[in-house]
Parts: sequence; C-alpha cells; structure tokens
Amino acid sequence: MNPKSFEYHAPKSVAEASSLAEEYGMDAKFLAGGQSLIPLMKLRLLSPSHLIDLGRIPGLSYIRDEGNHLAIGAMERIAEIARSDLVRKQCPILSQCAHQIADPLVRNMGTIGGNLSHADPTNDMPAVMVAAGASIVAASGQGSRVIPAGDFFVDTFTTALKGTEILVEVKMPIGPTRRGAYLKLERQAGDFGIVGVAAVLEMSSDGRCVAAGIALTGVGPTVVKATRAGEILKGVELDKNTIDRASRAAAEEAQPSGDLRGSAEYKRAMVEVMTSRTIQAAARRQAER
Amino acid sequence: MTKVRVSMEVNQQMRDAQIEPRLLLVSFLREELGLTGTHVGCETTNCGACTVLLDGRGVKSCTVLALQAEGKKVTTIEGIGTAENLNPIQLAFWEKHGLQCGFCTPGMILASYELLEAEPDPDEKVIREALSGNLCRCTGYVNIIKSVKYAAKLRKKGMRGMRKGAA
Ligand SMILES: Cc1cc2nc3c(=O)[nH]c(=O)nc-3n(C[C@H](O)[C@H](O)[C@H](O)COP(=O)(O)OP(=O)(O)OC[C@H]3O[C@@H](n4cnc5c(N)ncnc54)[C@H](O)[C@@H]3O)c2cc1C
Ligand code: FES
Ligand code: FES
Repeated sequence: MNPKSFEYHAPKSVAEASSLAEEYGMDAKFLAGGQSLIPLMKLRLLSPSHLIDLGRIPGLSYIRDEGNHLAIGAMERIAEIARSDLVRKQCPILSQCAHQIADPLVRNMGTIGGNLSHADPTNDMPAVMVAAGASIVAASGQGSRVIPAGDFFVDTFTTALKGTEILVEVKMPIGPTRRGAYLKLERQAGDFGIVGVAAVLEMSSDGRCVAAGIALTGVGPTVVKATRAGEILKGVELDKNTIDRASRAAAEEAQPSGDLRGSAEYKRAMVEVMTSRTIQAAARRQAER
Repeated sequence: MTKVRVSMEVNQQMRDAQIEPRLLLVSFLREELGLTGTHVGCETTNCGACTVLLDGRGVKSCTVLALQAEGKKVTTIEGIGTAENLNPIQLAFWEKHGLQCGFCTPGMILASYELLEAEPDPDEKVIREALSGNLCRCTGYVNIIKSVKYAAKLRKKGMRGMRKGAA
C-alpha cells in the first residue's frame, strides 16, 4: 500500500509554504505529522500531486505560558503536549485530551495543528478548543489573523482556513478560575471515540459557575457546541438537578448519525451520560494553577 | 516522478539514497536497506508491527514518509542488539515467553525501549498504556507485560545476553 506519486516540497518558512500552496492550489496538501493524511493517501482516498511538508519550518513546535493563555505551536506533537508538566498544571483539560488521542506511537508523530486542521468530527482536540473558547492563529505570506475556535470548524474536513493559510499557533485560555475536563467513550484503546465531551467551567470564589463551555466530539458533521447546555450551567450552583438538565440539553443539541460505533440513539444517550460525567469531573478539579 | 535524495542515520550509520518521495519509511528500511526486522502487519496504522524509533520516539514506520526522517536518527530492532549480544529487553522477552509467533515482537521491543528510557521502573498500568499502539494476536499480552517488567530489572543490572547456539 503506497500513496500515488507526488512531488515533495520542503519549505523553510511559513511564507514559502503559503506561496507553494498558492502556486499549486487544489493539487497541493500540507503535511504535518501525516497521521491522518498518509493513511488517506495510502488508501488513495486522497492523491495530492504536491505535498508541502511543514516539518522543516523552524520555530513551529513550542508550548509557552503567556499569562492568560498557553501558546502552542502548530507542529507541537500531541505526545509532547501529553508529556508536558506545564500543560498538566496550567491546562489539565488539554493534557487529558492529548492522552486520550490515538496511541502513543501515533501521538509521537501527530501534531495539534494537524488534529485541528483535519477537522474530522471524531478528532478530539476541536471540542476542547471550542469549549475553552481558544483562538487559532492562521498565517500566510500576507500576514496572520486570529480565528475564534467557535468559527474555525465549518464542516466535515472543512475549516475556516483559506487554501494558502497555515495554522501556526493555538492560544488556549488559562486562569485560576477555570476548570476543564475532557472525557471520551471508546470501544477499544487507541480508537477514535464513540462520543467525547469537553467542559470548561468558569467558577466564582463562592463556588458558582459564572460561565460554561460544552462541546461534543463525534456527534455531528463537525464538533458540536452545546450552547444551551452551557447556558443552563451559567450563574448557578452545580447541583445534581442542574447538571442533569444541562446533560439532557447537550443530548438534544447533538446531531449523531449511526455508524460502526453505534446507532444515533445510542450516541445521543451516551452524550447525556458523558456530559454529566465531564461536568462533574471539571467541577471537581482544583484551580487550574 | 523525479527521485529525490534522502539521508538519515540508521542504527548509527549514515545512509542515503535516491528515492521516490512517496516511499514509506518502512519500505526504505526493508527494501532499500534490507533491514527486514521491521515488520509490516496491517499497513493501516493499527498494529505497530512496523514500530521504529525516530529520534528516540516510537513511530509506525508504515505511516511515515522516508523523507520525514530526513536528517534524523532511526533505530530498528537490528540496532539495539545482536544474536551474540542481546539487548536486555530481547533477553527478557525470550526468558519470560513474551512472544509466540514473534511477528509483533520487534515493534513491542522498540515501544518498550522508548518506555524504559523514559521510565526505568514502570508499573503495569504504565506498561499497558505505552504498548497500547502495538497489537499481539498470540500471547494475550500477559507475558509481554511480565517481559517488560523483567527487562526493567535486567537493565538496572546492566545485563545483556547471548542467544543459545550463537557466536
Ligand atoms: C490509528 C489512529 C488512531 C487515531 N485516533 C485518534 C483519536 O482517537 N483522536 C483523534 O483526535 N485523532 C486520532 N487520530 C488522528 C491523529 O490524531 C492525527 O495525527 C491528527 O488528526 C492529524 O495530525 P497530523 O499532524 O498527523 O496531521 P496530517 O495528517 O499531516 O494532516 C492532516 C490534515 O491537516 C492539514 N494540516 C496539517 N497541519 C496543518 C497546518 N499547520 N495548517 C494547515 N493545514 C494543516 C493537512 O493538509 C491534512 O489535510 C488517529 C490516527 C490514527 C492513525
Ligand atoms: S504495519 Fe504499520 S501499524 Fe501495522
Ligand atoms: S507473538 Fe504473534 S503476534 Fe505477538
């Protein structure tokens, strides 16, 4: 099983990568870790005639604490995020998510930028970004712009990136009042989830939830933001009744379809269960710093 | 398609070749270099039989382009021990019956190698997690876990071994 032949480009800068993408248009694909792209190319589901490898552009792998957010370079490997003490301390939801993606070998190659740009509805990082209200930085030869995660995921395998734009950085909000969790229901170790739920709660000092973001993996054409579920949690104490109502709302907001991993009905029922568990897990967390 | 040059360090030896860009790392190792210790199982990124170390990290070489290893260090099963001088992990798999058909074994051993470098004394949970990308259709994993635990002990003692009848 080999991919179809292609021409290989190894640009040394984002601007150069972007201009190659401009030159070759629809015939070109960016390559990050290749853990989504290469399997598709081997199955000949995708056969780009030009591959633009982002792997040799310096300066795209980092995790930095910038006070109110963590800045993560697009080419940072999922394994490095899972291993990072900084991420575990400052942003446990991201650490928890990274640990649940694929298996350690795939994580050693796969990047955060690829996991987001691929925009597979069963990719796990998108829900975490949407629930946390993260920002995504896209750059081309013409400069860069910041896209809120909520606007980034447009449809299955489709993001707000233009063909010449490269995802260069993710800004993940952090802070002492935030609590986040990501839980995933999977059939077997290392598999994509049946359902995943990200919950990020903003807590006041008297234990009330002042804002909440809930987002769902695997139950729609792309990541689903459970807006009503978030609103139910807002401004109240997180008692059982509130969590139950929010979880039911999330299940209603899900748009699952049946596949190998389960029927639509089953997935909807699991969204309710998993949302409840995730909110409780987030609420139980100590301050994120 | 025009060929391109690739060079990398494989088992501490510089190797280069003219290759088609689509050549997978596993094919480069097996077909260009004749290092057939790296196995091809599923070809679909699931089984881990093709695991090699890329700059010390385990990867599924059926899902990495040879060009992605440009300028990097690759370690295959041939690079960590020989019949005359077995790596402690190889010795441990042998002694604790961590294999039956042996097809998954090179991958299991390299994934264990990465683990033991990072965590010299892992518990069962950590071992299971570290090997979760490697499938074995024979052993039921129990003896593999035992082997990795035993390997950790042998490594501490600095023990290597020799295959019966070798040398
Ligand atoms: C066996 C297996 C199990 C998996 N399980 C899971 C799982 O449980 N959860 C999960 O979330 N994922 C899973 N994955 C997918 C994995 O996480 C991928 O690594 C990840 O989705 C893509 O990252 P990558 O760096 O490998 O991207 P690539 O495969 O290189 O690229 C993916 C796509 O994104 C584009 N792209 C990549 N980087 C950029 C960028 N910086 N800017 C613009 N476009 C870009 C590429 O052009 C391509 O279209 C699994 C994969 C495998 C093989
Ligand atoms: S052959 Fe590479 S993962 Fe199975
Ligand atoms: S020993 Fe046969 S597959 Fe593992």
